[in-house]
Amino acid sequence: MEINGVHIDDTFAEAFPMKATRAIITAQNLEWAYHSARAMTGFATSVIACGCEAGIERELSPEETPDGRPGVAVLLFAMGGKGLAKQLETRAGQCVLTSPTSALFAGIDGGKPIPLGKNLRFFGDGFQISKQIGGKRYWRIPVMDGEFLAEETTGMVDAVGGGNFLILAESQPQALAACEAAVAAMKRVPNVVMPFPGGVVRSGSKVGSKYKALNASTNDAFCPTLKGVTRTQLSPEIESVMEIVIDGLTKEDIEKAMRAGIEAVCRLGAGAGIRRISAGNYGGKLGPFHFHLREIMA
Amino acid sequence: MSALTLTLKSAPRQRVDLSPLSAAPELTPAEVAALQVWAGKRRYRIDELFEIEGEDTRNLVLRGDCRKFDYVGRDARDLSLTVAGSVGAYAGMGMRSGTLHVQGDADIFAACELRGGLVRIDGSAGDFVGAALPGDKRGMRGGIVLVKGDVGARCGDQLRRGIVLVEGDAGDWCGSRLIAGTVAVMGRVGKHPGYGLRRGTLLLWQRPESIPPTYGDCGVHTLGFLPLWFAGLRRLDSRFADPANAFDRVHRYGGDLAAVGRGEILIRAG
Repeated sequence: MEINGVHIDDTFAEAFPMKATRAIITAQNLEWAYHSARAMTGFATSVIACGCEAGIERELSPEETPDGRPGVAVLLFAMGGKGLAKQLETRAGQCVLTSPTSALFAGIDGGKPIPLGKNLRFFGDGFQISKQIGGKRYWRIPVMDGEFLAEETTGMVDAVGGGNFLILAESQPQALAACEAAVAAMKRVPNVVMPFPGGVVRSGSKVGSKYKALNASTNDAFCPTLKGVTRTQLSPEIESVMEIVIDGLTKEDIEKAMRAGIEAVCRLGAGAGIRRISAGNYGGKLGPFHFHLREIMA
Repeated sequence: MSALTLTLKSAPRQRVDLSPLSAAPELTPAEVAALQVWAGKRRYRIDELFEIEGEDTRNLVLRGDCRKFDYVGRDARDLSLTVAGSVGAYAGMGMRSGTLHVQGDADIFAACELRGGLVRIDGSAGDFVGAALPGDKRGMRGGIVLVKGDVGARCGDQLRRGIVLVEGDAGDWCGSRLIAGTVAVMGRVGKHPGYGLRRGTLLLWQRPESIPPTYGDCGVHTLGFLPLWFAGLRRLDSRFADPANAFDRVHRYGGDLAAVGRGEILIRAG
């Protein structure tokens, strides 16, 4: 398969089940909602070492938020429910509670409830006040800038993590430009986040390492500087490979995001130095969700 | 199906305990007609007191002068009950869900110990709206009470959870011994508002004559929960649902420091 001169490999991305939740952060203005959301989703690129994967899903207008202020929606993903709940609570406590003018609300009504403000309330040292509004419980926690308002729980749902595709280009700047175009297109798809910096990974990994202490190491088959010394998957003209990793609430959400991203890359085409689109998989051993590139782009 | 309409034949001499009527959603119209209620030492069938029309036993309408009928809607579940006039005491007492709409006035202890649903009173209500029965330790535990007129004394006494909304004036001791929940009054309030209030909120549109000395002045603040709280009332047919009457800037008094002291009186500011 070839689109605008870009070869689409006959391969698939391999993804695995995760647990996910969404939180809505509002503030006096969008800038401060972003400050809080960026802090909350920082150091959350990979479950390998961060505890969770997280990202800003989208901006919310005042009409879309519970308290009528501007806000952003963030998605958090983890391998299990306990881990997700712990990460959510820790990050909410350190990054949202602390952020001036912020408030925190549930972004998923269904699923299994996990604590949002439920335990943060104890920061109020007995001065916290509960309010039940429309069947939901909120906590008013007195803080130095006024009150921090947090909904008691948010919903946790089954999700999919690790959707991905690789962009193989003739140069590093061309690979990065293609990634930027892809991420911009994918950000318009709801229910997904690209958790790595700017949505892009330059250090794709393989399972295992020659060092016993490591369970993942550089994906040498896609490292252009190792073309001559390893079992490479790169042809001579490929000088740079970058990956976009996608976590989504459902398999369909990831498929939509992958299609939007690959379409954006292919619009740049071979003329912009883009030669191939590939994907990372582990022979079907890692996860039950397989995203076949050619089926998605058919 | 049309609502089951009960039209009073003649006003009874004695007060009538109408609580058996709350079982109507589980009964047929014929079974509702055969329900027995007490009036003094006499027992009456419902169809001895009322003309009955209609079929929908989940949707009841009472017509006529019902001021001598007490316990209307007591402990009701999933019942929509409209009283086209005034009712006696204990209207909506312990109601679990559904709606009770009184188009006239209600006597004392309206919505006392309410558990859920909506009690709407278009006229005024007597003392102890949403309160606990004498001897009991907890008043309303859920639901919403909307009174479009005035309420008497001790409105929300020992209220545990839920919301009492008063569009008119409230008597003395409004929000007394509040355990939690919210009592909101658009009109004036009498003496000793929030007396013995432990937790919960007394939200006032007008400053009372005096704030009890056992409250601490916490200053004027913009509180983020208020827009959310008002938004939660938007579906009500009430002045509380009008965004023009909403606000988020309040003068906060913390107290009652003679009790637990974790509650508040919030007075509209600016």
